[in-house]
Amino acid sequence: MSVLHLAILLPLLAAPFIPFLFRAVKRIHTGWFVLVVPTLLFAYFFRFISVTSDGGVVTETVRWMPSLGINFTAYVDGLGLLFALLITGIGALVVLYSIYYLNKDKESLGHFYVYLLLFMGAMLGVVLSDNMVVMYMFWELTSISSFLLIGYWYEKERSRYGAQKSMLITVFGGLSMLGGIVILESMVGSFSIREMVANQAVIVDSPFFVPAMILILLGAFTKSAQFPFHIWLPDAMEAPTPVSAYLHSATMVKAGLYLVARMSPVFQESSLWLWIIVSFGTFTLFWGSFNAVKQTDLKGILAYSTVSQLGLIMSLLGLGAAALHYDGIDDNVFMVATIAAIFHLINHATFKGSLFMMVGIVDHETGTRDVRKLGGLMTVMPITFTIAVIGSLSMAGLPPFNGFLSKEMFLKATTKVFSADFFALDTIGLLIPVVAFIASVFTFVYSLLIFTRTFMGKAKFDQLPKQPHEAPIGMLIPPAILAVLVVVLGFVPNLLSNTLIRPAVESIYPTLVEGGQAVEVDLYFWHGITPELLMTIGIVALGTILFFTINKWMGIYNRIPYRLTLNGMYDGSLVWSNKAAYRFKDNYMTGFIRSYLIYIFVFMSGMLLISMWWYDMFNFSFGEMATVTPYEYVLGAVVVLSAFAILFMRSRLPAIILLGVVGYGVALFFVFFEAPDLALTQLVIETVSVALFLLVFYHMPEISKKESRMRFKIGNAIVSVLVGVTVMLLSFMTLSNKSASSISEYYKENVYDLAAGKNMVNVVLVDFRGFDTLFEIIVLAVAGLGIYTMIKFRTTVQRTKGEDGHEAKK
Amino acid sequence: MEIFVSIIIGALTMCAVYMILSKSLLRIIIGTSLFSHAAHLLVLTMSGLKTGAAPVLVDGVTDYTDPLPQALVLTAIVISFGVTAFFLVLAYRTYQELNTDNMEEMKGTESND
Repeated sequence: MSVLHLAILLPLLAAPFIPFLFRAVKRIHTGWFVLVVPTLLFAYFFRFISVTSDGGVVTETVRWMPSLGINFTAYVDGLGLLFALLITGIGALVVLYSIYYLNKDKESLGHFYVYLLLFMGAMLGVVLSDNMVVMYMFWELTSISSFLLIGYWYEKERSRYGAQKSMLITVFGGLSMLGGIVILESMVGSFSIREMVANQAVIVDSPFFVPAMILILLGAFTKSAQFPFHIWLPDAMEAPTPVSAYLHSATMVKAGLYLVARMSPVFQESSLWLWIIVSFGTFTLFWGSFNAVKQTDLKGILAYSTVSQLGLIMSLLGLGAAALHYDGIDDNVFMVATIAAIFHLINHATFKGSLFMMVGIVDHETGTRDVRKLGGLMTVMPITFTIAVIGSLSMAGLPPFNGFLSKEMFLKATTKVFSADFFALDTIGLLIPVVAFIASVFTFVYSLLIFTRTFMGKAKFDQLPKQPHEAPIGMLIPPAILAVLVVVLGFVPNLLSNTLIRPAVESIYPTLVEGGQAVEVDLYFWHGITPELLMTIGIVALGTILFFTINKWMGIYNRIPYRLTLNGMYDGSLVWSNKAAYRFKDNYMTGFIRSYLIYIFVFMSGMLLISMWWYDMFNFSFGEMATVTPYEYVLGAVVVLSAFAILFMRSRLPAIILLGVVGYGVALFFVFFEAPDLALTQLVIETVSVALFLLVFYHMPEISKKESRMRFKIGNAIVSVLVGVTVMLLSFMTLSNKSASSISEYYKENVYDLAAGKNMVNVVLVDFRGFDTLFEIIVLAVAGLGIYTMIKFRTTVQRTKGEDGHEAKK
Repeated sequence: MEIFVSIIIGALTMCAVYMILSKSLLRIIIGTSLFSHAAHLLVLTMSGLKTGAAPVLVDGVTDYTDPLPQALVLTAIVISFGVTAFFLVLAYRTYQELNTDNMEEMKGTESND
């Protein structure tokens, strides 16, 4: 257990103490204690920058289940470290923000911070684990903590709905991913990601390459809310705003991007990998931005915008795979795509985090997030307004903010498809810049909508639930820090180039780095009059036109009927599966014991017959058999005929007598079979049984004649013939297959020497297998106790007509 | 002999299952009794029948029938008796409480299960 492991597990270790602190220290907001954890971790991970910026890695292993190849290997490289810093850095800001957002007297903070720390630890585990099974475990833990946090205000119906939806979709993806992991392990023989990267050639040649890739991508796409799995993210906005800022924009939803980046070295040689990621990413980019415009809830706009931005980064990661196939050595243009992906990932965390916190402030101070009610807040909330403008314009891709830089790089990467001559990128790939352009126009429109609708226009303060005023300083600090980062990174982006971006990109292109290609990251504003600059100008122009004519074209959103939307299909499938399950259950859980017995009998017979057929047991070959004497023929006929006669008896006395006949017949068979002890016991027991039957039957009604329905009878007959024939065949089978010799020789030889008895059956019962007999006696004792209890203790209330039940107690 | 007994076992099982599937509690108990007879015979038959003398040591005799199945069946006979007795009293008490021995009438309704 190294310090690194302790660091990863620190949030999980700290979590159990939080509820006690919450109970014990009422005066101080629990968040202050929690804040220590991410702050310490951020400082700890910050020191690793010096290691990874030189291309170094840190590996620590704890042997967990070595026989299964599952070890907790912590692995810090450029990519993992970037995410760890995001998780702890944004985490610290979010915890600080939540201290002012959540009221310590009204909210159950104990729960909240336990879930939050659970998430933080799980997320660190995902990005710093080298073993894929360990990573999967942490991955599902993030889904669970996300579920708990979305459902934090569980008294609200929408919260529960959103929590369930996110759980169903992300866990579906997680399980698919587990399938992919298992397939990959079967190819490489190890769960280690580094091993998989090293044996990438084996994986590419495997026939299971495509299934493994698709299963892994399902995990990434569901987590990162890619179309058509994005529908859970807008509903996850029911979570408290700090959670939305943290999980659902800055970190958890980027786990999918992390997975794609991490697995890129394994899969990226395939053209399918590039095309699946680019097409899903680009479409998600468009669909998210298109739908964001119609939202009226501020968090709804941000949710769809997050979906859209995740699609953008996803498509960049996909395009980055083209770098492996690009011939130009000196300036690998597709490497720009991956650099842009990493850069935009950082930028998105800064501007989207600040925007979410801004929305939380608006919600907190006005009591609503509905843009139709809001307006004119600029005068009362100037600081919040400034943060909103910086965040929105960065998101829209305008200078001088960091969003402009990464957006330009994105547009540049999409235009580079013109110069690629592989994977059909230069033909059908031409759609990529077109879709990117359209999506960016919508991005521009909703970015403007966020701050104009909220802060500008006519003030309608009388319609708000609360009188708005500026937020407390503690609530403004975290988004302000992020907004400052947005501006600083806009002006001096090279702060990141060699510290975070280059090491991360290098871990995505291990083969190129080994091949001597240098990853050069140099970020600056002015590239001259380039196609991407012209595209940005076009986006701004077209976006402005659409923004001012928005009321004219909003009607297009109402064209799609709800039933056909993805949400409609999701809800429909939930209702349908519920109904189908009930119908299925009602069909077989009839409540009649007869039905259940039929299932048991048919299943037993079926299994026996199928396995006999499977192992080819129907070739009966009987060896030497004992001879049958005439007496035995007669006896057998009597037993069988009596048994059959019972079936047709309508009155109880003959049925009991016939049962007695069968029993005595079996006793006589025991005599023929040289089993004197059995015969004696059977005779005694049969006599007592018949007496008992007669005693009880005296009190019972006649056997009812209700069973005369033909269908009922035939059904029973079929099942009974099936079982009878199966048992007979089973008997034949055991007779003709004697694969092992009897173990009875031991008893025959030792019965006198060891137990000093001559009757082998008796000795076996009381000596060799004495415990069997002991338990047999216990069974009898329990049965006796049961009978005694049933007859003696009558606590049930016997009611007769007109009498008060309590007085009639026996 | 073994084939002959196997057929008897099959017939007994058939009757037992038919009785167990009926609606009357009494017939079900008779069915379980028949079932245990069939099972006892099956266990004995599996080891081969009449392969020697009764399993009691006698000087000069070397071939005995298999004692182990007999010991098992002996236990089974006693236990099946215990179970049958328990069933019978249960049926008797059920009839007293519910005034029916029909399984279909004993099934609860949706509201009281």
